Amino acid sequence: MNSDSLTRAFLILIRRDLMLAVRHRAEMANPILFFVLVTSLFPLGIGANPALLQAVAPGVIWVAALLAALLSIENVFRSDFEDGSLEQYLLSSHPVSVLVLAKITAHWLITGLPLLLISPLLGILLGLPVDAIKVLFITLLLGTPVLSLIGAVGVALTVGLRKGGMILSLLVLPLYIPVLIFASSAVDTAAAGLPVTAHLSLIAALLLLALSLSPFATAAALRVSLS
Amino acid sequence: MFNNFFHRMASPKHFYGLAGILIPWLAVPCLLLTLAGLYYGLVKAPPDYQQGDSYRIMFIHVPAAWMSLFIYIVMAGAGAIGLIWRIKLAEVVAISSAPIGASFTFLALITGSIWGKPMWGTWWVWDARLTSELILLFLYLGVIALNNAIDDKRTAARAVAILALVGVINIPIIHYSVEWWNTLHQGPTVTKFDKPSIHLSMLIPLLLMAVAFKLYYAFVVLMRARCEVLERERNSGWVKELAEKT
Amino acid sequence: MNLEEFFNMGGYAFYVWSSYGIALLVLLVNIIAPLRQRNKLLNKIADTARRQARRNA
Repeated sequence: MNSDSLTRAFLILIRRDLMLAVRHRAEMANPILFFVLVTSLFPLGIGANPALLQAVAPGVIWVAALLAALLSIENVFRSDFEDGSLEQYLLSSHPVSVLVLAKITAHWLITGLPLLLISPLLGILLGLPVDAIKVLFITLLLGTPVLSLIGAVGVALTVGLRKGGMILSLLVLPLYIPVLIFASSAVDTAAAGLPVTAHLSLIAALLLLALSLSPFATAAALRVSLS
Repeated sequence: MFNNFFHRMASPKHFYGLAGILIPWLAVPCLLLTLAGLYYGLVKAPPDYQQGDSYRIMFIHVPAAWMSLFIYIVMAGAGAIGLIWRIKLAEVVAISSAPIGASFTFLALITGSIWGKPMWGTWWVWDARLTSELILLFLYLGVIALNNAIDDKRTAARAVAILALVGVINIPIIHYSVEWWNTLHQGPTVTKFDKPSIHLSMLIPLLLMAVAFKLYYAFVVLMRARCEVLERERNSGWVKELAEKT
Repeated sequence: MNLEEFFNMGGYAFYVWSSYGIALLVLLVNIIAPLRQRNKLLNKIADTARRQARRNA
């Protein structure tokens, strides 16, 4: 098996998932709606004081992104599990970790990217300064793939279970905490007009770490779940 | 011969018997060390010049916090051994460790909170150590929930092993991020848990309790592992024989 | 040091003794739980074995 055909398999898998997603366009909107809705609940809950809103905005937007990512990641292997193609991946001659990475990439393009694009709007709604909105965008760009990669491990462990959803959040949310801390404090720091290179490098490091480990863990977890 | 020894050790029947012999040999020293630790900690050690007698909570809080981390690492290590070499006994040890580790984490949290009340004036402060400990408790609860959700014992054990490994990679990252977060959002209170140096009269009971907790973990994990082995081997002859005798 | 002073813990009696009490409780529960589980398991296994023997007879 040469690397050429592996690259092709990787790309074919992504294209297939993207086409499936385009066919079910309406479902793509759900995580975004959820993200916007949860964020707009906060001003209603804590009052519309601009100073207060700006102070909590980074944390609120990031917690909402965390929950949106958690809800959407549940479906990363769902349809493939139900129609049996997940088992075909495990039997294929390609390394499962690469196929898993393709699935996660496609899933991020479908659910993570829209969150990213809508985030400046939320920043404006909560009164973040322009510099902070830029940083918010970059943290989401670097951070949401980490959420997808970590979430995939949890989904792979719970894919066959009836009450997987509740357990998934218990498994995955604690592991999301470092991303939340670094990302929301980066936005905070930017709002105060300070440099954020250190924060962003830390999130990038998390991304690299997740990128290099999560596909293997996910593949191993799928093998266990489907055995 | 060496190989043979391991093979016999790893056979469920042999393990069950050996663990049964080992448990009292661990439990009795554990009890003695605990009593000694309590004596030196509660009676012999003088009151702290700043915290008075309230610092004596440390003799439970600190060893429990050590154990909470130690057990998670043992759990992940045993899980890895089970996954890589397909040693069932390692899986059993990993899965039996989770509730004990969760108990110690809970103890560290609750004693930290009780200690915090006279020191900080409130039951809970988002101090870096307490927060890390809280997240560690969540990690343990995730492991336990996953184990309970999967019906097949072997599948459950392997899934738990993967989760524990992912968790153990994340623990240093979580710990570091929480410390970082804490220095950024430093409140008016400063942590009083860490002391630059500790007097010998306080160090002795601390170490006694730490060793006692390690022994406690050793014999309780064996007790739990025996139950797990019984359940897995319920259809084999020796378990039925054993059951008929009781 | 007399006994009353010892129990008073320099005014911190509630905090110190509740910590030690909770610790004792948690540690005891962790010992009792597997003991009870073992008995329950063995009883259950013996039950099934007996039922099977009767069915075979």
